[in-house]
Amino acid sequence: MDFGETAVKASAFSYFRAATIDQALDAHARAGDDARFIAGGQSLVPALSLRLQAPRLLIDITHIAELRGVRREGACLRIGALTRHCEMLSEPLIAEFAPLLHAAAPFVAHPAIRNRGTFGGSVALADPASEFPAMTLALDAEIEIAGASGRRRVKADEFFFDLFETALQPGELITAIYVPLFKADQRFAFDELARRRGDYALVGCGMLATFTSDRIDDIRISFFSVGNRPMRAKAAEAALIGFGLDAEHIAAAQAALEDDLAPPENDEVPPAMRLHLARVLLGRLLGRLGEGA
Amino acid sequence: MRGFDETLLDEADETVRVRFVVNGRKVACEVAPRETLVDCLRDKLELTGTHAGCEMGACGACLVQIDGRAVHSCLMFAVQADGARIDTIEGLTESGAIADLQAEFHRRNALQCGFCTPGMLVNACELLSQVARPSREQIRDALSGNYCRCTGYEAIVDAIDAVAKARSAGGAR
Ligand SMILES: Cc1cc2nc3c(=O)[nH]c(=O)nc-3n(C[C@H](O)[C@H](O)[C@H](O)COP(=O)(O)OP(=O)(O)OC[C@H]3O[C@@H](n4cnc5c(N)ncnc54)[C@H](O)[C@@H]3O)c2cc1C
Ligand code: FES
Ligand code: FES
Repeated sequence: MDFGETAVKASAFSYFRAATIDQALDAHARAGDDARFIAGGQSLVPALSLRLQAPRLLIDITHIAELRGVRREGACLRIGALTRHCEMLSEPLIAEFAPLLHAAAPFVAHPAIRNRGTFGGSVALADPASEFPAMTLALDAEIEIAGASGRRRVKADEFFFDLFETALQPGELITAIYVPLFKADQRFAFDELARRRGDYALVGCGMLATFTSDRIDDIRISFFSVGNRPMRAKAAEAALIGFGLDAEHIAAAQAALEDDLAPPENDEVPPAMRLHLARVLLGRLLGRLGEGA
Repeated sequence: MRGFDETLLDEADETVRVRFVVNGRKVACEVAPRETLVDCLRDKLELTGTHAGCEMGACGACLVQIDGRAVHSCLMFAVQADGARIDTIEGLTESGAIADLQAEFHRRNALQCGFCTPGMLVNACELLSQVARPSREQIRDALSGNYCRCTGYEAIVDAIDAVAKARSAGGAR
């Protein structure tokens, strides 16, 4: 049967349910890398149905116990790759130690999609319009990767390369994401501008700052839906570090955004409009941060 | 569990046997790996209350419960659900669990063609199990992934709101 461009049924593939990380890696290699890992499937299944992808083998990783669970490990929270978006809302450890993820979660898709979509899947896909990949940048998180040559950890700052391009090599698996524990002298803020709740954002932003009384010692600001990948606003950060959140420094940070973001040409939203929206959003979030958000 | 067997790669067109508990009954059926759960439910198990609309996660017509949580049956292959407990609109209605929601949808004309209704009910059922007295804003938010082309949503929000109030007034659940 030829479904042509309107295909909503996937091409044939074989299905393998892996019980361990090694089984999953081995299966991927033996399929000559013509395989896909499936986690929540909330991005992959539509891509298969539309035949944007047609791998020979689908490797179900959702039964691998090692990829599950949220726990403290030293100065970090280890968030297993299979942690579902809905768990970001319900898991007390996330609310306490990674509140920025907790705040971002209600903005990710719709409830039923959050019931299946996973943190690891979202970071692996690296959609530039997604909330969580951008938040790993704001949180200075590390992504743990398992591959043929063993395990390694990559800083979020070095993970996102370009449009859907990351440090992840074919056949490699994200096992967990490590997030430094939220501290008493820190504040965070998150928001996005979208046409409809649940839609991908026109512009979104999350930030995490460390304060000494009202002076910013350190701040990480990350935007999504503003370019080919999630982006840190380093010039805006530099405009704020060492200062209080008064009108003058907020305006300086907003002005600096021009050097940070590279909004793509797009029929619906011209780059100038996106930059404008990013400035509006930055102003609002810094205002909230100043109020102790 | 066995490790990976390479002969599997040549069996993409062959069906595999899956087992689930659907609406409280154990069932087994033969599915191709690429068969979505919604197709399996409708075509193999003849449970046509679950609707297939966009088949890409956008419209919400295909919602079912997997292990008690609302999930899009178009965004899942039937093989992935092997071993799971699945409750479709047929099971939810027969058990009486959402009889009050059904009655309120009926009373307030919260459906016209009815295409979206099973998905609306599955979603409403989950919302009310998590939040006893959702605001109208919260109800709208929960329904953000469910399209209705007929009613304009207002009556649907009214119906869910009324059931939430009635349930918490009754003190039950
Ligand atoms: C209607 C709709 C609206 C949505 N709206 C939003 C939104 O507003 N914001 C948002 O962020 N997302 C949104 N999503 C996407 C959703 O959040 C996905 O769940 C998420 O992007 C991918 O996670 P997943 O677990 O479903 O991954 P899958 O779909 O299973 O996989 C996605 C990709 O990542 C790979 N992968 C998965 N897990 C791993 C791993 N552990 N290691 C290596 N590779 C892996 C897969 O091979 C695949 O290539 C939406 C989806 C739909 C259908
Ligand atoms: S058919 Fe599943 S969301 Fe439309
Ligand atoms: S009643 Fe017709 S789509 Fe909702």
